[in-house]
Amino acid sequence: LLSRRLFAQSGRLLSLAASQRRPMTSSNASSQEPGDTLAIDDDFDPDLLPLGDIRRYPNHRPLDCGQRVFLAVGSGVACLAAPWRDDMISAFGETTGEWALRLLRDDMLANEEGRRILAERPRIRTVEGGGSIDLEALRRLPEGSLGRAYADFLDRYGYSPDHRRTVCFVDDPELAYVMQRYREIHDLNHVLLGQGTDFLGEVVVKWFEAFQTGLPMCVTGAFLGSLRLRPKQTRRYLQEGGYLAYALRTGSDADLTINYYFERNWHQPLAEVRQQLRIEEPPNLK
Amino acid sequence: FIPKMQCRQLLRCISRSPATSSSSCFGVARRQVHQPGGFDTSFGFEEVEPGQKQDRVNQVFNPVSNSYDVMNDLMSAGLHRCWKRRFVASANPRPGWRVVDVAGGTGDIALGLLEWSRKLPGRAPPPVRVAPGDGSVDSFREAAERQTAAAEAEAPASCTVSVVDPSPSMMQVGSAKASAKGSTFASSIQWLEGRAESLPLDEASSDLYTIAFGMRNCTDLPGVLREAHRVLKPYGRFACLEFCSVENPLLSILYDEYSFRVIPPMGLLVAGDWDSYEYLVESIRRFPHQTLFANMMREAGFSAVNYEVLWPGVCCIHSGYKLPSV
Repeated sequence: LLSRRLFAQSGRLLSLAASQRRPMTSSNASSQEPGDTLAIDDDFDPDLLPLGDIRRYPNHRPLDCGQRVFLAVGSGVACLAAPWRDDMISAFGETTGEWALRLLRDDMLANEEGRRILAERPRIRTVEGGGSIDLEALRRLPEGSLGRAYADFLDRYGYSPDHRRTVCFVDDPELAYVMQRYREIHDLNHVLLGQGTDFLGEVVVKWFEAFQTGLPMCVTGAFLGSLRLRPKQTRRYLQEGGYLAYALRTGSDADLTINYYFERNWHQPLAEVRQQLRIEEPPNLK
Repeated sequence: FIPKMQCRQLLRCISRSPATSSSSCFGVARRQVHQPGGFDTSFGFEEVEPGQKQDRVNQVFNPVSNSYDVMNDLMSAGLHRCWKRRFVASANPRPGWRVVDVAGGTGDIALGLLEWSRKLPGRAPPPVRVAPGDGSVDSFREAAERQTAAAEAEAPASCTVSVVDPSPSMMQVGSAKASAKGSTFASSIQWLEGRAESLPLDEASSDLYTIAFGMRNCTDLPGVLREAHRVLKPYGRFACLEFCSVENPLLSILYDEYSFRVIPPMGLLVAGDWDSYEYLVESIRRFPHQTLFANMMREAGFSAVNYEVLWPGVCCIHSGYKLPSV
């Protein structure tokens, strides 16, 4: 199933990879379509090209090929040595995820709600952090609603949506937004799958995300993270009807959560959201 | 051959930063504290205003202090130790000298200066004379301490170093290193918080002024040089180790590529901070040419100004003397 996701659209990918990237100025960056690289730009003035690296969005850090390889390998090693280092996990995901992000972006474009998300680019951040989430309002929602479950999750672990790092190593701004959206959806995936943030919960969510997004960071994280489980967790993970089976089943059957417009559906009951996205109820093996 | 200690330190650095509160957090982990100069801007919204240059230096050095030494080793492939040893040798502190080491937070130079002055030939410790009859270990130890203290007071065995640094976290690392080396080292170093433009020291109080890899972080170079001239005694020596403009064109190309392409990602991997190391390599480029800096030293009042470029040509030692005012 993973290989289906990764290789199914290889034909389209090959044509994309073969098309040359010409230097983009910030003025015409947003109007470029993927693949439309030979469009004639009458306003192009070579004297006005900016010197140095072209930053296509705030916090963008352009990397050249050698730097990308160096960071990918280095952050991969650092992720294994120190999995609590979120900046290394972010860096690993961003440097290795371009291909998968393209596929994901195309899937979003194919879906109506996903296209709306790509057009409006909503951010899951608190109002103080520049987004639209009002945590107090979410806490006041009825028990069993999506927003209330999310607020409870954040309160239980002391998290805030503002803790997410901003994407910086992805060159295309739209792909950078897709990566940023994926990162902000992660907590909501926890809520939808009913998993906590202990190792086992994280591995289950990583498997789910690996199937949904195909990001190498998720795939390697799911594989290698499961090696670090404690014995009791491993039993619950591997048993018949256990978490691994649940993760694999749900991951392959469910609709893409990145296409769900969470910001408009906080009031929906969680069970209905799960039904709509074809996510099974999580097994209770405690 | 890379020593095991350095590998262990490197692993400790990679696994240390940035700290999070939840202990078992795998996958997309959280962090509780926003690093300064980090990922604070909203995607697609307004950009963060760049901070003031003066505050930037402190902001740069406080978070990187723990991994500073490891990053120095990685960035220079261990060469910085050779440069610092050559610097200490050329500064040549004698026992009894009062040395001021500016921007010497982690104490590399201070400890090197102490070791150099202790190991100068002709400084054998005096033999300990104990009264006969009482052969216990405690009485011998007490007698030894008393006699060494007396010998120290009369003819000191090493110089004394006052380290001035604007970053307290760097000095914490340094004082930990000094205590690990022994009480004799720790007691000969004084850690003062302050900036190079206004040193917390009296006029004409030091025999030697050293600054290693700190001059590029100073905003007012003539001010720093005037202050150095002020605190030095007549015939006191000024020594500055700093990165310089590379003359060799091939080396210059390799050096630029390495500085701008390799060092910031390495900083992200080891110290968790890309911006600080990008700032460091940019501050090296902004530093004046070695001949221009030598002229600035002459304008500040130093005589017999000279500079010596160290192998492979990326850093040099500037030295000058303060002559007594006529």
